[in-house]
Amino acid sequence: MSTNVAYYIPHKATWPVIATAGLVTMLAGFANYLNGSSIGPTLMVVGLVIFIVMLAGWFTLQSGESESGMYNTQVGISYRMGMMWFIFSEIMFFAVFFGTLYYTRNLSVPWLGGEGTGAATKELLWPTFEATWPTNGPKGLGVDASGARTFGAEFEPMGAWGLPFLNTLILLTSGVTCTWAHHGLLAKNRDQLIKGLIATVALGFTFVAFQAFEYHEAYTEMGLTLGSGIYGSTFFMLTGFHGFHVCIGAIILSVVLFRSTRGHFKPENHFAFEAAAWYWHFVDVVWLGLFVFVYLM
Amino acid sequence: MSAVTAEHVDHHDDHDHGPAKGLLRWVITTNHKDIGTLYLVFALAMFFVGGIMAMIIRAELFEPGLQFVQPQFFNSMTTMHALVMVFGAVMPAFVGLANWMIPMMIGAPDMALPRMNNMSFWLLVSGVLLLASTLFMEGGSPAAGWTLYPPLVLQTGNALPFAVFSVHLLGISSIMGAINIIATIFNMRAPGMTLMKMPLFVWTWLITGFLLIAIMPVFAGAVTMLLTDKFFGTSFFDAAGGGDPILYQHIFWFFGHPEVYVMILPTFGVASTIIPVFARKPLFGYSSMVYATASIAFLSFIVWAHHMFTVGMPVAGELYFMYATMLIAIPTGVKVFNWTATMWKGSLTFETPMLFSIAFVVLFTMGGFTGLMMSIAPSDFQYHDTYFIVAHFHYTLVPASVFILMAAGYYWLPKWTGHMYNEKIGQLHFWLSAVSVNILFFPQHFLGLAGMPRRIPDYAVQFADWNMISSIGGFIFGASQLLFLYIVIDTIRGGTGEKVTDEVWEDAHKHGLEWTLPSPPPYHTFTTPPTVIPTEHI
Ligand code: HEM
Ligand SMILES: [Cu+2]
Repeated sequence: MSTNVAYYIPHKATWPVIATAGLVTMLAGFANYLNGSSIGPTLMVVGLVIFIVMLAGWFTLQSGESESGMYNTQVGISYRMGMMWFIFSEIMFFAVFFGTLYYTRNLSVPWLGGEGTGAATKELLWPTFEATWPTNGPKGLGVDASGARTFGAEFEPMGAWGLPFLNTLILLTSGVTCTWAHHGLLAKNRDQLIKGLIATVALGFTFVAFQAFEYHEAYTEMGLTLGSGIYGSTFFMLTGFHGFHVCIGAIILSVVLFRSTRGHFKPENHFAFEAAAWYWHFVDVVWLGLFVFVYLM
Repeated sequence: MSAVTAEHVDHHDDHDHGPAKGLLRWVITTNHKDIGTLYLVFALAMFFVGGIMAMIIRAELFEPGLQFVQPQFFNSMTTMHALVMVFGAVMPAFVGLANWMIPMMIGAPDMALPRMNNMSFWLLVSGVLLLASTLFMEGGSPAAGWTLYPPLVLQTGNALPFAVFSVHLLGISSIMGAINIIATIFNMRAPGMTLMKMPLFVWTWLITGFLLIAIMPVFAGAVTMLLTDKFFGTSFFDAAGGGDPILYQHIFWFFGHPEVYVMILPTFGVASTIIPVFARKPLFGYSSMVYATASIAFLSFIVWAHHMFTVGMPVAGELYFMYATMLIAIPTGVKVFNWTATMWKGSLTFETPMLFSIAFVVLFTMGGFTGLMMSIAPSDFQYHDTYFIVAHFHYTLVPASVFILMAAGYYWLPKWTGHMYNEKIGQLHFWLSAVSVNILFFPQHFLGLAGMPRRIPDYAVQFADWNMISSIGGFIFGASQLLFLYIVIDTIRGGTGEKVTDEVWEDAHKHGLEWTLPSPPPYHTFTTPPTVIPTEHI
């Protein structure tokens, strides 16, 4: 309202429908795949291609509009609010899995072990079960090499001080390099901006690579899989969704990096950078939560 | 106050402003009025799709014994009826109203994020299509109830992943819609439209938007775990691996209880908007309405396990959730008293929107009272999973949310179309609906108290009489809604032919900015903000 340019209202948007089509094709493909239908994978690839084309197109459109000064301060506020509330929704999504971890560790597993109102359950169902953490449950669930269900399986829990600790340092450092890049942007130091972003993206992908290595170890050496009872379920669900978010964050940062090399962003106008940085810090904080509650405790 | 002059209305700053030609207009539109219309039309269509499912349910329950459908299909119908009505009809209808009305009520040129607005709508459509496609799949649609409880829901056939992804899409759609609404309300208000001057519809949607962003990811997380339990070997809800099926219920209801408020808070908002106009008085207790709405929203996050009194929670949990639930009756009561006080000594007239709103106040209160009965944990052991709870939530949803949606339709259709609806048929629609809805749902209280369980296609003969009466009410109610369809189409095509004024209802301009605009409003409104803000409601 303070600027003299009116609030920009785009007309005739085509990317949103295309985005929806891509998304729904991907999901329908995935559902078909899970049901064992042969068109599943094809649909997924088609959906993914539509989605990637859409991302490129929509990003180009928005950044072009932004650079040509079509967005006034008020539009910028709308975008920032949008991003903030989106991150809030992501926090709630992660809260579900942290809540699940809390509930199973502190309530349902002890109940299975006979605590509280669980005494009769334990006696009747699984009299020998000892409630400890980590656990793969009274039946000791696991999977064998062919992916079939096994019972009484053994597994080794993931320690905190090897790769996970290294990954913590990596993500924390990437938070610093991200902020350093931001300072560069504010000080009109493009070199610092680009170097900072390259470092951040590189650290992000290193994190993902280490995580992939850790998963590989878990599956091949430690007998720890998604099917390893509640420990395996919560471990892979939490770290898996987090890793997925690191990938998204790193991709967003790559787009921002690409735009930075094209001379985009000004000290007073760089919403995309801010959004990417907020998202990155969010992913960072989630990791700290994971490190403490999944690995350490 | 002075009417907003034409220059405020037709002024454009850009060069590309008319709607696109032909059907494509509706696919690529970013205009809040177009998108509002899309949402409302879609919701109305889904109201009838869900309605047909309800008719199947009531037909089967007309008599004891199995008449028309197989038990599995019957349970698919109860499940799909609920999902379609909640996610396809009631929620989208309120988003449609938000799209149409919020920018016009706060003097904004459009929604804050118009492209995302378009995407929210199409995600909704694709989510509902994915869900509807399960009707034709091997194993049928989900039949475990709309709550999708494991382990039962894991026995669903091919439909399971489609249902899960449908929830994901609907969730993204709702979150985007909610973000848009919040950003619009915080960022797009005309100068002088302070928060405490906003119409209550805007306030209630602001708070609903917050609820949606907080809970839709929770539901998405819950169904994701269903998916991995079924296909990827996790054991979140499987005690053999250390998980717990009750955990799903906790997560679901952490979403589910606020979700019912997502459907009722905007209802409150519309009622608070309509009643003062026809009582010709300012709303009684505006700020207490705002605070009551906020308290209800807050409380809705800490009462979820009142849906789970019978699962074997520790006694401390039972007591806590019992008392916390009872607390909700306080802000809810504040609202009911405020609406009543608004009507007190007003010069009331009883046009169709007002009739539906008064019926809402009375019948919603009924639903609130049965809610209070069920909040008493020991009593709920008797009521739980019986027709009593079916009666409870239908009173809070049908003669409340749905009635208010009808009221909103009658109230704003003249503004949207520029035509007056046929008041005689409107009144007929009201009386048929109001009487039949009670024939339909009131007997279900008796059935539930006598012990008839919900979600069964067959029942003991002692329940026969009330079921038959309920079904007859249901058929009348269902058929009466065709009148509404007729009125909507008729009004769009010219209605009574009477020319409606800008304010449509006597002195409505004192109650909201939308009534200062022409009827129908031009494609773009308030491209420059209005300068005079109505303050009647304060
Ligand atoms: C005074 C306020 C309310 C109270 C105290 C209340 C209390 C309750 C309780 C205790 C139950 C669980 C019953 C059982 O399963 O045994 C319940 C169920 C339900 N309530 Fe309410 N309620 C209130 C208002 C509402 C409103 C406003 C709505 C919706 C607009 C609503 C919708 C529902 C629904 C849909 C269910 C059933 C869910 C299911 O099991 O499928 N309630 N309510
Ligand atoms: Cu509830």
